Amino acid sequence: MDDELLQEFLAESWEMMARLDNEIVLLEKDPSSEELIASIFRAIHTVKGTCGFIGLEKIGKVSHSTENVLGKMRDRELEIVPDSISLVLEGIDRVKELMEGLEATSAEPDVDSSELIERLDALANSGGVTEEVAADDLDAQIEAARLATLARIEEEKAAKEASPVEAEAPVAVPEVATPVIEEKKTVAPVVNKPSQSATKNASGEKEAGAGHSVVADLTIRVNVNVLDTLMNLVGELVLTRNQLIQLSRLDEESRYAAPITHLNRVTTDLQEGVMKTRMQPIGNAWNKLPRLVRDLSQVTGHKIELEMNGADTELDRTVLEAIRDPLTHMVRNSADHGIESPEMRKSLGKNEAGLLKLDAFHEGGHVIIEIQDDGAGINTEKVLAKAIANGVVSEQEAGSMRQNEVLNLIFNAGLSTSEQVSSVSGRGVGMDVVKTQIEQIGGAVELQSEMGAGTTVRIKIPLTLAIVSALIVKSGGEIFAIPQLGVMELVRVAAEDRSRIERIHDKEVFRLRDKLLPLVYLNDVLGLEDLENREEIDVNIAVVQVGDQQFGLVVNEVFDTEEIVVKPMGSLLKDVEIYQGTTILGDGQVIMILDLAGIAAQFVTDSTASSIDDSEKTTSGIELTRMLMFDVGNGSMMSVPLSLISRLEEIPQDKIETSGGQSVVQYQGGLIPLLGADGASWTGEVPDPQPVIVFSEGVQSMGLMVEEIQDIIEEELSIQMQSNRPGVLGSAIIGEKAVEVIDTQHYVIKANPDWFSQTSEVKSSHVLVIDESLFFRHLVATTIESDGYSVKTVATIDEAVLCLDKDDQFQTIIADVDSLGEGLEEFLATVKSKTGYENVSLISLSGNVNGNHEARALAAGFDRHLVKFNAKQLVGAIQEVNDRVKTVGASA
Amino acid sequence: MSQVATSSTRTTGHSDSHLAYQNQYVSFLLDGQLLGIPVRSVQEVLNPQTIANTPRSRNEIAGLLNLRGQIVTAVNLRKRMGLADKGPEDEYMNVVVIGDGESFSLLVDEVGDVMNIPSEKIEAVPSTLDPTWKSVTVGVSQLEDRLLIILDVDAVLDFV
Repeated sequence: MDDELLQEFLAESWEMMARLDNEIVLLEKDPSSEELIASIFRAIHTVKGTCGFIGLEKIGKVSHSTENVLGKMRDRELEIVPDSISLVLEGIDRVKELMEGLEATSAEPDVDSSELIERLDALANSGGVTEEVAADDLDAQIEAARLATLARIEEEKAAKEASPVEAEAPVAVPEVATPVIEEKKTVAPVVNKPSQSATKNASGEKEAGAGHSVVADLTIRVNVNVLDTLMNLVGELVLTRNQLIQLSRLDEESRYAAPITHLNRVTTDLQEGVMKTRMQPIGNAWNKLPRLVRDLSQVTGHKIELEMNGADTELDRTVLEAIRDPLTHMVRNSADHGIESPEMRKSLGKNEAGLLKLDAFHEGGHVIIEIQDDGAGINTEKVLAKAIANGVVSEQEAGSMRQNEVLNLIFNAGLSTSEQVSSVSGRGVGMDVVKTQIEQIGGAVELQSEMGAGTTVRIKIPLTLAIVSALIVKSGGEIFAIPQLGVMELVRVAAEDRSRIERIHDKEVFRLRDKLLPLVYLNDVLGLEDLENREEIDVNIAVVQVGDQQFGLVVNEVFDTEEIVVKPMGSLLKDVEIYQGTTILGDGQVIMILDLAGIAAQFVTDSTASSIDDSEKTTSGIELTRMLMFDVGNGSMMSVPLSLISRLEEIPQDKIETSGGQSVVQYQGGLIPLLGADGASWTGEVPDPQPVIVFSEGVQSMGLMVEEIQDIIEEELSIQMQSNRPGVLGSAIIGEKAVEVIDTQHYVIKANPDWFSQTSEVKSSHVLVIDESLFFRHLVATTIESDGYSVKTVATIDEAVLCLDKDDQFQTIIADVDSLGEGLEEFLATVKSKTGYENVSLISLSGNVNGNHEARALAAGFDRHLVKFNAKQLVGAIQEVNDRVKTVGASA
Repeated sequence: MSQVATSSTRTTGHSDSHLAYQNQYVSFLLDGQLLGIPVRSVQEVLNPQTIANTPRSRNEIAGLLNLRGQIVTAVNLRKRMGLADKGPEDEYMNVVVIGDGESFSLLVDEVGDVMNIPSEKIEAVPSTLDPTWKSVTVGVSQLEDRLLIILDVDAVLDFV
């Protein structure tokens, strides 16, 4: 018998028994209380269920018969009178008695309960005991019932013997376990030795009992506290050993050298031995899952086949305890949300029974647990919609999110994608808790999902929490430990290659295999002074992964990887989030163990950490944009799409005047305001003549003063990082470099605060822009908003339809035909069919210059087709089509 | 007196010798002022120790020291009491105290004698005392030539 399982069963059952006593007594006083009787029934039912599950036949039988009586009482088929209550109490007492024996010997005591069971069954089958029933009658009834019961028992026995394997399909916990869970009423009992149970019959029970006592002789039960104390002592010993080794290295001739070497070996063995005593197979955390899945399959009506591999993979018990809840939750999620109903599965051509697979294995000092289902997968669109609805992400962010980013939203609080909230899951507090719990023990959760094919959750956890492998580093003159689990790789950038480290505003980033890795200097994190000149030395970067964030932690020196004993921090340091503990090095020095999650939370902002992947495209098709690159001072490069620029000018400094605190210049017969780029500071002299980028809208213009115009580059443009900084739309990789793209609208408004009030009254036309690319949505919106239109942007046709469904009235719809793809014609038909949209003007945009796009767009019903992206042309086109539509409308 | 009685309810595991230590105080100097804490609260007194820095922790926390494999948080008592720092933290004496089941080291300038002060010799805290000092003081005793300020260890450690 699985010891832990037994202990849990006993603890749980004692609790219930204690409650039962009270409640039954209360019931006797108040026989009409349905609540009470239901509660009693549930308790005894739970005990019975667990007994069946872990193969405690005797307790199971007694509780079963007791439950039957209670069931009849609950259904009011049996009157609640003192006599029957007494019998129920007798049944409960017997269960207790058996449990006591079980607790003492770890095996069910050899007590014959058949007589009691007969009486209970007789009562249950009697259809009611009334006070008028004479004693003789009762006896006769009992006798009749007894015979009936005996006959039934014989029948059952015969059935069992005929197909013993089916009746008692063994679930061998340490071995590969594949219980098929269907809507069977019987629960397969767990037994240790499948071969034994296959031939098991009534007399086999004693054999099993004998087997247990043999096992009991070989094992002893040890209090966990003893093991914990041992572990702590071993930790101390390891530290002292390290110290001794350090000392003996100083003096190689020492006569202590040999004994120290021996001590070293013994300590290592002892450490391993003690660790082993704390190791438990992961099966211990899994052993409740078959029952859970069975229950879930009954509640949800889903057919689920549970497959568990690697149940004997061992873990430290503290880790095991920590993953128990998250594991249960994830299995629950898969069974409830993941796997579809049998009918649905059938119609999809899948096996009616869904497969829920658990795998556990060791991998590089960690334990990997995979929970895999072949269900519906996660609907990323739903997740995204929900995330937007709950304000977890903004619509803008959503537009540029990638598949895996969307999947990771699941780990946010308050997201549950099931439309129906069931009793099983769907409270939406699950996955964020799961993630937190796993991360608390230094683990990581990954999620993979494919619509229609299923979901795989991969959990990586350390083997033990007490002794961890850590990277010892130096920063700001002090030594720190970084838990190895979070370190993906180490990168050393030679001083002469420093140009690979680029700057985006004041943040440094490093290009690591097509990804922009935000850099965080450890000495900045610690508030320590950088002892060395950053520019002149090699840069050591520990590439660190926290959840889905990746960043580079820059340290001065990297020493070794060491096995360190984690010691708790003092209570006074608990509020410092960048540490997770302390340790003592071989030389007795105390160092801090860094908490990577804490550092990420405090020092890595979302916008810098979202890992940026060049290889993935946010837009379909390749769109080339001509970008003007310019230097805004301090060597900081920025860029702007050339199409937004009116002119480039060089203005002599003496022509620049100041008017009301604002630099202005006389330009083409009028005054235009001049502004410098935000956040840019001039190094050295003010350039003369002053290069100015002029943006014009209608009669209004403004000039952006820059230090130097650098280049014009034609590039595929995708904004890779959003920016919260005013004046910056985001950053993009242009010409192999990360460059910020300015937000022209910001400067235009800044230079002419009353710009909008002047123009917006002229046209109150409402424009809907559909474009998959976030950048172009911004760009188009910026352009036409500054021309006085009110703009709504959406990323997909579905969203567009939603917008149309609301009471918004759009006069113009601008759509990117590249991203609309096949649904184009259908969409236009939908639009035209809506009331109020018969005369809407339609403009299509395409990044492709090939002629067939235009033909196709016009054929589909667009009024105008434009090539991306010419601001003036677009504004002109909107004006034109609106005028035309108005004329048509007027003449119609 | 009642304050002293309250503070004596803290237990350190030496219950059998409880009475003998009842009126004894470990004295130490901090910026010329004589301070005392009940002997029961003191685990040991150490010479200057190597103290590991804990960047980003609170100002009063000097760092951590390794006391025979046990990690002890060192509190710079001068900073805690609002006094100017004396110099490098590894030049202070360490008074290791037990507060709430955890060990802390109070960094002090100099450690003096253990004094026997009957509870009737302890007077209430003068109301004019600096608020920081007042919050950690349980009483004052007039010795022959100077004042001894008796600190409440739990209050000293309660600054987070």
